[in-house]
Amino acid sequence: MYQLNRRQLLGSSAVWLLLSSSAVRAEIVKGGLPWKPGAADPPNPVIFDGWKYFSPQEAATVEAFVDRLIPSDDLSPGGKDCGCAVYIDRQLAGPYGRSEGYYMSGPFQTGTPQQGPQSSITPAQQYRKALAALDTACRTKYAGKPFAELASDQKDDVIKGLEDGSLKLDGVESQDFFKLILKDTQTGFLADPIYGGNKDMASWKMIGFPGAHYDYRDWIDRHNQTVTLPTIGINNHPNWSP
Amino acid sequence: MPQKLPRKDVAIIGLGWTGSILANELTDAGLDVVAVERGPWRNTATDFPISYMQDELRFRIQHELFLQPSQNSVTFRHNASQTALPVRNWGAFMLGNGVGGAGVHWNGETWRFLPSDFVLKSHLTQRYGANFIPADMTIQDWGVTWDDLEPHYDAFEYLCGTSGTAGNINGKIQDGGNPFEGARSRPYPTPAMKQGYGHALFGEAAKQLGYKPFPQPSGNLSQAYINPLGVQMGQCTFCGFCEWFGCANYSKASPQTTILPVLMRKSNFEARTECEVMQINLDRSRKRATGITYVDSSGEEWEQPADLVLLCAFQLFNVQMLLHSGIGTPYDPQTGQGQIGRNFTHQTVSGALGFFDKDKYNFNPFISAGSIGMCIDEFNGDNFDHGPLGFVGGGYIGQVQTNGRPIQTTAVPPDTPAWGSKWKQALKDNYLSNINVGPACHGSFYAYRDTYLDLDPTYKDRFGRPLMRLTIDLHDNEIKMSAFLTDKYAEILQKMGAKQVVKQPRKGPYDITQYQTSHLCGGAIMGDNPGNSALNRYLQSWDVPNLFVQGASAFPQNCGYNPTGTVGALAYWSAAAIVSQYLKNPGPLVHA
Repeated sequence: MYQLNRRQLLGSSAVWLLLSSSAVRAEIVKGGLPWKPGAADPPNPVIFDGWKYFSPQEAATVEAFVDRLIPSDDLSPGGKDCGCAVYIDRQLAGPYGRSEGYYMSGPFQTGTPQQGPQSSITPAQQYRKALAALDTACRTKYAGKPFAELASDQKDDVIKGLEDGSLKLDGVESQDFFKLILKDTQTGFLADPIYGGNKDMASWKMIGFPGAHYDYRDWIDRHNQTVTLPTIGINNHPNWSP
Repeated sequence: MPQKLPRKDVAIIGLGWTGSILANELTDAGLDVVAVERGPWRNTATDFPISYMQDELRFRIQHELFLQPSQNSVTFRHNASQTALPVRNWGAFMLGNGVGGAGVHWNGETWRFLPSDFVLKSHLTQRYGANFIPADMTIQDWGVTWDDLEPHYDAFEYLCGTSGTAGNINGKIQDGGNPFEGARSRPYPTPAMKQGYGHALFGEAAKQLGYKPFPQPSGNLSQAYINPLGVQMGQCTFCGFCEWFGCANYSKASPQTTILPVLMRKSNFEARTECEVMQINLDRSRKRATGITYVDSSGEEWEQPADLVLLCAFQLFNVQMLLHSGIGTPYDPQTGQGQIGRNFTHQTVSGALGFFDKDKYNFNPFISAGSIGMCIDEFNGDNFDHGPLGFVGGGYIGQVQTNGRPIQTTAVPPDTPAWGSKWKQALKDNYLSNINVGPACHGSFYAYRDTYLDLDPTYKDRFGRPLMRLTIDLHDNEIKMSAFLTDKYAEILQKMGAKQVVKQPRKGPYDITQYQTSHLCGGAIMGDNPGNSALNRYLQSWDVPNLFVQGASAFPQNCGYNPTGTVGALAYWSAAAIVSQYLKNPGPLVHA
């Protein structure tokens, strides 16, 4: 038996930590399957207690924006009431907003579309610049009114302008920002409600997705029938124990 | 200077499917084995718990179980005249990380290749003449045959408990199975899975069109199963959270559910996790590996001497490790010389959207599994006459939709606005009644002289090592093949009753942002002589005989099936050669 330096023997589970400085640690695993009580890493439910990334003005713009991308109608509440802006706020305040985990080393060069995005700008930075530029563009076009204060059809005209690129934003590619906010809004709307953007599972009830079930064995043979299981999210799953 | 550790008999780089299989076979042979794994330990109960594994945002959209590009990415270009740029976030393929490797996040499709696939060049030359093969296509025979591999396919399927209906047992064609498959020695270990509505309807329509549909061979089990190692697996529950996710239910075959419970209890095995191998060390002759050097997560460097080194990382990282270690000769596309990086391939997948009348069809797409589905094999490999078609290759076609996870199950008819109430209405009207398989046509991707891997001159990983550079594009042969397969699939969708079918054949240029399976192959291929391959028929390096390189990097070209069954079979084949031949007389198993 040899000694690795700084090795610690942790009881009988036979997991030796080679170091203890970083979040994930090199280990020697031997003699069995290690299992650590409490090692699971459940998600933290988003509970709205103020904006974590957006300024109040930015939040007002985004709430108005998501409420046009997903309007309130007979099918579901609107994007604002579903929490899509809250979802985006929490995402931008977290790893996604910082492009964490992405390859972010330079040089940053422009390539072909098939080579994929090559920007050094993070999503959080992109929203900050684009939301300011959007309000500036709206004030210029609509007698000093920011986006959130426009009438619904005016908002839709602005969004169409971003979508087709006819509305230019200062310092930001308007179509890139449109694609980003549309993707984030629809992702939040359709994700598990634990992330804040699909309040009361509104989107899942709308489309007929029963949610975070883990066993459809009773249904696999029931072809072409409407599933009558209750809609559930992760944190009202029968096995949930945060 | 790295700190030197005591010698081991065997050092394994990467503890995924192949590392686990080789470790288990070689520890059974009495060897002292260490596996060094870049990612973390992963355990079903804590890492894939049933209470929150069904989280599409976290595990699919945000890739929590995967290698992060900030750890190691790749660069990509279409051809040598372009500047390759880094992949900043994954798109065209997903690279696993941690114990279990891609065996954790795969769907479980457990196919065998066709007998003719292993002798592809000879077979096509004999049937159509050498001139039928495009001049720049560099396909070749594998150096192993179906008969060599059949017992090892069998071993892998019985390890996994694969669910399926045999199509050919010892030469006798079986009802309900794939009549085109090579002769297998016995039935699948467990019967085929039950099928959802859309899957079953595809099977009926295909039959009406005169095809012979069969259930996809599945690593999601139709019933509880105890494998030959004594490890028990559970019945698949059709949860619809399979690919990209770990299985909370012990019903998807993976190292965790089939091997590790046995391997980890052996006194002659240990795993070191969060340790990244920097290189394979060679002696002065450069013909013998002396072991490996790795860095642990504190940045400390260790040298692990070993008599035998097994390179069991993912395909890209196998090739990268050979290049970083100076093993073999890097491929030169100008001269066609050099073997490391040559014959890099992917998978040519395509499909079609099928929209059905919502008042008549409810497919409940969320009731599904990773390798559920009905398939036909009439247009795979050389199962059909290519003479009048002007291309080679093919693929299976199937209704193999794995899920109805809402963030990505948003297909709407092409004229639908991208947002607003009309978008919502279309989403609601089509979610339950459309079929969107993605890779419905699982086409081959043959090798070309100008499609290869080498080290990027500009972009580096976090240790300062060059990233792997991918030079890859789609060629006319694959584009023609994809259009042909897609048309055949669309005909079946029409027969099923679709009111609108939107064909999506694969077209060039290759797009690194569009997911096209994670079936990257080649770059350190096997063959019958050192002039056409990096490895001999036992996956032994021609250059360094005490190094064996496992996995799909050994495929000379990619066929029209998912690769894992063949990766598993080759691992058992290679392990058998090591135990029965190499250990008795360490040295080259094939003399060049």
